[in-house]
Amino acid sequence: MSLHDQEKYSKNIKNYHPKTPFVWNSTKAFLIGGAICAFGQGIQNFYMNVFDFSEKTAGNPTVATLILIAALLTGFGVYDKLGQFAGAGSAVPVTGFANSITSAALEHKSEGIVLGVATNMFKLAGSVIVFGVVAAYLVGIVRLLFRTFL
Amino acid sequence: MKTGKQTWTFSNVYLQSVGTAVGPKEAEGPLGDCFDVTYDNLHCDEDNWELAERKLLEDSISNCLSKKGIAKEDVDIYVSGDLLNQIVSATYSARTLQIPFLGVFGACSTSMESLAVASSLVEGGFAKRAVAGVSSHNATAERQFRYPTEYGGQKPGTATSTVTGAGAALIGTDVTDIRITSATVGRVVDWGVKDPFDMGSAMAPAAADTIATHFKDLNIQPEEYDLIVTGDLSAVGSPIVRDLLIEEGFDITNNHNDCGLMVYRPNQEEVFAGGSGCACSAVVTYGHLVDLLKKGRYNKILVVATGCLHSPVMVQQKESMPAIAHAVVLERTGSDY
Repeated sequence: MSLHDQEKYSKNIKNYHPKTPFVWNSTKAFLIGGAICAFGQGIQNFYMNVFDFSEKTAGNPTVATLILIAALLTGFGVYDKLGQFAGAGSAVPVTGFANSITSAALEHKSEGIVLGVATNMFKLAGSVIVFGVVAAYLVGIVRLLFRTFL
Repeated sequence: MKTGKQTWTFSNVYLQSVGTAVGPKEAEGPLGDCFDVTYDNLHCDEDNWELAERKLLEDSISNCLSKKGIAKEDVDIYVSGDLLNQIVSATYSARTLQIPFLGVFGACSTSMESLAVASSLVEGGFAKRAVAGVSSHNATAERQFRYPTEYGGQKPGTATSTVTGAGAALIGTDVTDIRITSATVGRVVDWGVKDPFDMGSAMAPAAADTIATHFKDLNIQPEEYDLIVTGDLSAVGSPIVRDLLIEEGFDITNNHNDCGLMVYRPNQEEVFAGGSGCACSAVVTYGHLVDLLKKGRYNKILVVATGCLHSPVMVQQKESMPAIAHAVVLERTGSDY
């Protein structure tokens, strides 16, 4: 193997890279992601038991509470450390979505409320919203077609 | 004087003074005691990250000048650069300093690029005294090249941590204990690495190219130097550059180190493969290595600052990352000044 082989350089340097611990990373993501979801379930149960919410109506205040907690943890500088540890485990739940918005808003505070915070806060989350809306629209059309013609 | 293909040799350029300023993580690192100014918070008591970086740069320059008792009016040219768009830390510090200014950009190689350019101006008689300064800041670099500081993305082990700090060097024709004897200006080298979290691999061929050219231009062997130090190749790029050079017939294994591996302890939080940034090579060289030269621990060192010349837009357009390396030789004169 010659490292000077430019065609194969990107492949040959893999030997020099630290091994990505896929199993350990997946385990961490599973545990932290699961813990966040279990915590969310606890909040939902709390709203159902203590207040007069049904299982369906408790969803909205539960999500709002998780978003508030994630935003606060982002502001206190905790969520990015959790993200480095848990990877997708803390990125996929709604708390990761809240973190992407809060972190961008914080980052651009120095450029002002309108052109800084408001313009930039969806710069990471924007793609999630776009694909979420598009996917929901397409699934909705498919559902409508099935119900109409089948 | 041009020697060989890409090397400039200087006969009358001396290092007059150095100044460094760093943030909290660098102050906690193994070289923490070597720096002139240290801050215990990443904001450096300023309102935003950009102001913090500028403060570090201005601190390093004012310390560099005051140590030698030189007023800024007595400096003929200020050569500076940083990692931000339009090199704003450099230009805004030049607004404060009011020294005639040349802005340079070579990503993290800017430290030695600015020193080489300043040295050539002094050697050529266009300046009696020149200041070369660079800065980088972890949070401004994250914003410029990656994600918001508080975003919870997971970085791979090949990633590096941008050094928060600034380093400045005053050079001139007055004879001192350290002379700048030569500089090798690098070519842009791109071997197709596309991962912006793996700059060590992208920059290693550029570093190897500059180092090998330096040896060939001056007709010397690696043993000529007590230390050959690369800028920020990190734990990933360092073994690659050593192996690349062995294939070219130069063995630097015994006298090579990397500033990115010297500036932090491996067990510090979020260091990953090592430190990076313009300030990485600048604070290690000006804060630590210059001191070891003065003490006689080293006689002659080769500093090879490495820079990855990508931008987020280029990476998103699926372009690979070009890299460059510039080398400068610092040598003890044996005189006691």
